[in-house]
This record gives sequence, C-alpha cells and structure tokens, in this order.
Amino acid sequence: MTNEELKQVINLLTSEAIIKDGAQYLEVTLPAAGLRDICFKLKNNAETAFDYLFCLTGVDYPTYFEIVYHLDSTVYKHVIVLKARTENRENPFIDTVGDIWPTAYSHEREVHDLLGVTFNNNPDMRRLFLEDGWGFPLRKDYFDPIRIVER
Amino acid sequence: MGIRKKKLSEIESNDSPIISTHEGGSIVLANLDAMIDWARRNSLWPLTFGTRCCAIEFMAVGASRHDFSRFGNEVARASVRQADLIIISGTINYKMAPVLKRLYDQMPDPKYVMAMGACATTGGPFYYNSYAVVKGADHVIPVDVYIPGCPPRPEAYFYGLLQLQKKITKERYYTDKKRKKAEKE
Repeated sequence: MTNEELKQVINLLTSEAIIKDGAQYLEVTLPAAGLRDICFKLKNNAETAFDYLFCLTGVDYPTYFEIVYHLDSTVYKHVIVLKARTENRENPFIDTVGDIWPTAYSHEREVHDLLGVTFNNNPDMRRLFLEDGWGFPLRKDYFDPIRIVER
Repeated sequence: MGIRKKKLSEIESNDSPIISTHEGGSIVLANLDAMIDWARRNSLWPLTFGTRCCAIEFMAVGASRHDFSRFGNEVARASVRQADLIIISGTINYKMAPVLKRLYDQMPDPKYVMAMGACATTGGPFYYNSYAVVKGADHVIPVDVYIPGCPPRPEAYFYGLLQLQKKITKERYYTDKKRKKAEKE
C-alpha cells in the first residue's frame, strides 16, 4: 500500500487521527484510549497486515510522554508510525499492545525501565536493566549526584 | 661433551646468569626469588574478560600477526580460577562491577590486573553525564598496569605487558614470606 492508501485506511478507522506525511514514514498521532483497538484492526485487516512491530520507544516531552510504534508488514513491505500521548507526566500510563505483538512486552519493559511509563495489562512490568528504586534515567529531569559527573 | 664451568668474566650481567652450558641445557645461578619471578612473569594466563570494543584489539593481539604467546601470555582462560591476570578490556558499568569484584576475589594468588583502554582506566568517553559507567575500574579492584588508548594498539598492549613483567620481576615473594614468618615468631 502507498502512504495515500494507508491514510484512507486510518481515516476509515478513526476520525481523531492527526496524520503527518512527508518524512520517511507516514506518522499518525492517535488518542491513547483507542490505540490498542486500532492496532488490533491494522494487524488483522488483510489489506494492511501489519504483523511486525519493529520498534517501540518513548519520548519525554515537558507535559506528557509520547510512545512511538513502528509497524511493518512482512507481506506488503509497507511501514507506518503510530504515536500516542500519555495524559500527564506525573503518573503516565498507556495500554499494552503485547497481546497483539508479543515482542512489545519486552520493549514496553524497557520503556518502563528508562522512562517510568506504566503499561496497563502488561503481565511483567518489572525493571529490565536497572535495580529497583534507581529512578528513570532517560527523563530530562533525571539527576544522580553520585554516579553522574556533570559537564 | 663435558660440562664447562664459565669464568666470572664471561657471565653476562642479566637477571639469570648462565654459569655453564652443555648439550641439552645450561646451569643457571639465581636465588629462589628470581626463579619464582621468572616463572610467574613468563607464564601469565589471562582471563578472557572482554566487556567492550577493546576485546577486539585483545583478539588481534592474540592472533598470528601480533601473537602474544611470544611473551608466555597466550593461554586465555574462560575460568578465573585457572587465570592469574585479568585484562579489563572494555567499559565497566555499575551492573558489571559486582561481577568483576567477584571474579577478582575468586582468582588464586598471585593475581594481577591490567586496565586496557580509556574506559577501564577512567571511564573514557563515558566519563561525563553517564549514570551507568564506573569512572575507572580501579574503583572496584586494584589495577597494576594502565594502558591508554581508545582502543590501544597491540604495540601498546605489549608495552603494558612488558611493564607488568618488569613489575613482577621486582617482587620478592620468598624473602617476604620468610620475613613475615620471622616477625610472627
């Protein structure tokens, strides 16, 4: 599918999507509440068949966190980027997509480890690399006076 | 061919003077300390402890072009209980530090440590603004020789190895042991 066709598919699925084109991939910003549902449809729709989640990352913004999903179809070789924002920065949470793509479970654990975002319904929401009570080092306001030599 | 005893003027002024040579071997005159040091420094068995890219350089040192078996350094062991030299070839981060400490504790005496490269020496390029990297392996275990470089060339590695051998040469294991025993009594 081309980006134009993907846009039409997204517009059929939801009316709340903010679509940005022109970069390497088609970027779609979605409300966090309906994200899991749309992911499920994008995977199981025979025309889109996004069966491969190749990247799941988090971005720290001043008032919210943004979770970025890179989806790929091994059938049609097209790529789409989904973005969803958490409600706030103090207690960030979002639904898991691990039941759609099981690889998401460990990606989500990494985002949880480094940014402190909680993924609802993820059965294994422990720290991945760091010890318990470490803090969230990829947050912009993270500071560790013992380990970090600042410059 | 009989044994011919060397005259004093023929003895070369090195660490282990050969007092006589004959077919199949020589007679060397040395004290026990020099003998122990000679055995130790020419058979340093390193632990394969590659934590980052310096390990690639360590592999190059071991390969045929540079060949560290020329210095008796070639038996890289996978278990620290069979090794007597840790070459820290790479970054030590806070998750690895307890492992390194434990490996050092498990190592039988005599034990030596070489910090290879900028990361193991000071934290290197990760010195500033890093929450994960230990700023030098000497925060965890004592280090005998530091090899600068990022990563060091094999020649630098050999220079470091020769420095370590020089350091071992100056040890007085047997004399110290005897002195300690006498002090105890």
